[in-house]
Amino acid sequence: MNVSTTGVEPEVQVPTPPILTCANLRKAFGDLVAVDDVSFAIGAGETYGLLGPNGAGKTTIISMVAGVLDADAGDIDVGGQRMHPGALEVKGQIGYVPQDIALYPDLTGKENLRFFASLYHLRRREAAERTAEVLDVVGLTDRADDQVKTYSGGMKRRINIAIGLIHQPRLLILDEPTVGVDPQSRNSILESIEHLSAGGMAVLYTTHYMEEAERLCDRVGIVDLGHLIAEGPPRDLTARLGAAEHIVLSVDGDVEQAQRAIDELPAVTTSTAESETIDVLVASAESALPQVMQAVSATEASIRSVVVQEPDLEAVFLHLTGKRLRD
Amino acid sequence: MAASLDIAGKDLRQRLRDRSAIMLAIVVPLALAAIFGLLFGSAATPRPFDYAVVDQDGGPIAEAFTTDVLGFLEGEEIVTVEAMEEEEAREAVRVGDLDAAFVFPAGFSDSVASDDPVEVRVVGSVDSPTGTDVARSIARAYVADLNAARVAVAAVVHQSPGTSDEELSAIAEQVASAPPPVALDDVSAGARVLDAKTYYAAGIAVFFLLFTVQFGVSSLIDERSNGTLARLLAAPVRRSSILAGKLLTSVALGVVSLTVLVVATTLLLGAEWGDPLGVALLVIAGVLAGTGVTSIVASLAKTPEQAGSWGAVVAVTLGLLGGAFFPIQQSGSVLATASLITPHAWFLRGLGSLVGDGTVTDALPAVGALLLFALVTGAIAMARIGRVVAP
Repeated sequence: MNVSTTGVEPEVQVPTPPILTCANLRKAFGDLVAVDDVSFAIGAGETYGLLGPNGAGKTTIISMVAGVLDADAGDIDVGGQRMHPGALEVKGQIGYVPQDIALYPDLTGKENLRFFASLYHLRRREAAERTAEVLDVVGLTDRADDQVKTYSGGMKRRINIAIGLIHQPRLLILDEPTVGVDPQSRNSILESIEHLSAGGMAVLYTTHYMEEAERLCDRVGIVDLGHLIAEGPPRDLTARLGAAEHIVLSVDGDVEQAQRAIDELPAVTTSTAESETIDVLVASAESALPQVMQAVSATEASIRSVVVQEPDLEAVFLHLTGKRLRD
Repeated sequence: MAASLDIAGKDLRQRLRDRSAIMLAIVVPLALAAIFGLLFGSAATPRPFDYAVVDQDGGPIAEAFTTDVLGFLEGEEIVTVEAMEEEEAREAVRVGDLDAAFVFPAGFSDSVASDDPVEVRVVGSVDSPTGTDVARSIARAYVADLNAARVAVAAVVHQSPGTSDEELSAIAEQVASAPPPVALDDVSAGARVLDAKTYYAAGIAVFFLLFTVQFGVSSLIDERSNGTLARLLAAPVRRSSILAGKLLTSVALGVVSLTVLVVATTLLLGAEWGDPLGVALLVIAGVLAGTGVTSIVASLAKTPEQAGSWGAVVAVTLGLLGGAFFPIQQSGSVLATASLITPHAWFLRGLGSLVGDGTVTDALPAVGALLLFALVTGAIAMARIGRVVAP
């Protein structure tokens, strides 16, 4: 895939009062720097999305925030207390939902919840009440006494989230919670998160699905190669592109030659080619489209179809990195 | 501590739902102990050999053989003896009712008193080569003893030609009244050997112990593999509490499984484990030692599959070397010494010390060795296992 890029300086907006503040986080695994100089903050009732492709560093960031990993440098502050792997009191304020389905399949949904409730020091009666509540939130009350290994993939995802909620955390961390989930379960999960956020819970959410980020997140931080390269509300981020639009071409023939021809046009901001599709970012599709079609027709490629799209986070990511989110 | 108990409680609940764990911890060892006890128990505690004596002599020498030599062995329940006529005895040997018959021909005693050659005939069963060999050895030893007496008398006659018949008779009687030529030593070590049923019950129980305790410590690797370890690490729980919970699971599983096996083999198989307090100490010390070994394996393995296969290799190797299936300790070979590097050998040795009149005090050296084993292996494991309790 060939890319051309234009850089954008990251901006940091700190909400007041912040529940979570991360400053200059850095984490390396040997020679690989997974996270470098990442700073952001999340306020109460805010849903903050970390958006980036697989391997961008999102999971490493939230592992540090959850106290699972220790940062090599930088500070994490949760509710005024410094977070690190030994900060047990701080960990009690956080609900962590890992990307993997982290459950005990031989135990029932209720037993899984009760176990984690005990680790978060909930008393027996409180644990029973909270178990009933979170089962209701994720819609699994009817299956509470069934062993988790009998659940569908979507149900496992939901009970996975329920465990993160069992102790009523101030900050809920969700790492790609909808990966591999059917559309119905995904919608159910997203509705639950919207409901929690409306209740005042701060949510840190990682995803590489821009639709989820646009739907859920008050603000989004775009992560690539361990760096936070842009941050802000989704609308603000797309507005930075100006009146940018996507032209998505389906092409037969020599796709690479067609892309090179497109990139030479002054009206084109950037483009990516993947398989038989060329994604072209332009300031105005109306004026650029004839030039694009003419440029392609001058090559050994032929256009099969053309779609013009409004700017979105995908376009922002493409604009900033020259890559698609799902790369 | 509360978190450790919660984790151990969760693990035990999982194990109880896992039928394979119960099979491995209790059912299979119990079945194998029963099979081994049946297969090898009879060989380890053989029936007495059935002999007959055909006394055509009627003299004192043949009678002394029956009463003194065979009588002693009969008292030790090693042989049974009955008097028969020769034809009857030969028929009984032929049909297998007897292992062997001793035939003292007429004039045997007189021949012994004179210089005539003497002969004791042993009629052995072809179906009982061992019984025949033993009978032959007994007869050979007796004849050798008689020859010694004759040599002694001859020597006296040679050196003192004027010795009276009375004096020669006295010398012959003195030699003849010496201790029976064939006797079994009541070796003290013999009393410290477990009977076959107990030996195989204990050996197999301690062999499977290493598999059972794996379910605790090695489940750390499972937790890491299935993502739940990250969740535990994100909870307000110390890493040391997570590790303690796993160790607690191993110890609880080990103690419960061994206790069930001790009780079950006692009630169902007739095993005799010895002083309950001594057995309890050995069980606890043995479980701690086994947990130490499996903790080292868990600290080295990277995947659940590795932990399982490495654990099996270690368990089988230590089990065989430690004499869980064969009494290596009694072989007197280099292997017997080498077996002392295994907890199995010390566990079995400790149980052996409780046999008969053994008391708790007798088992303390083995308990101490097992605890030392647990301490050393546990220290090695703890130095490495920190990397397992990490994301």
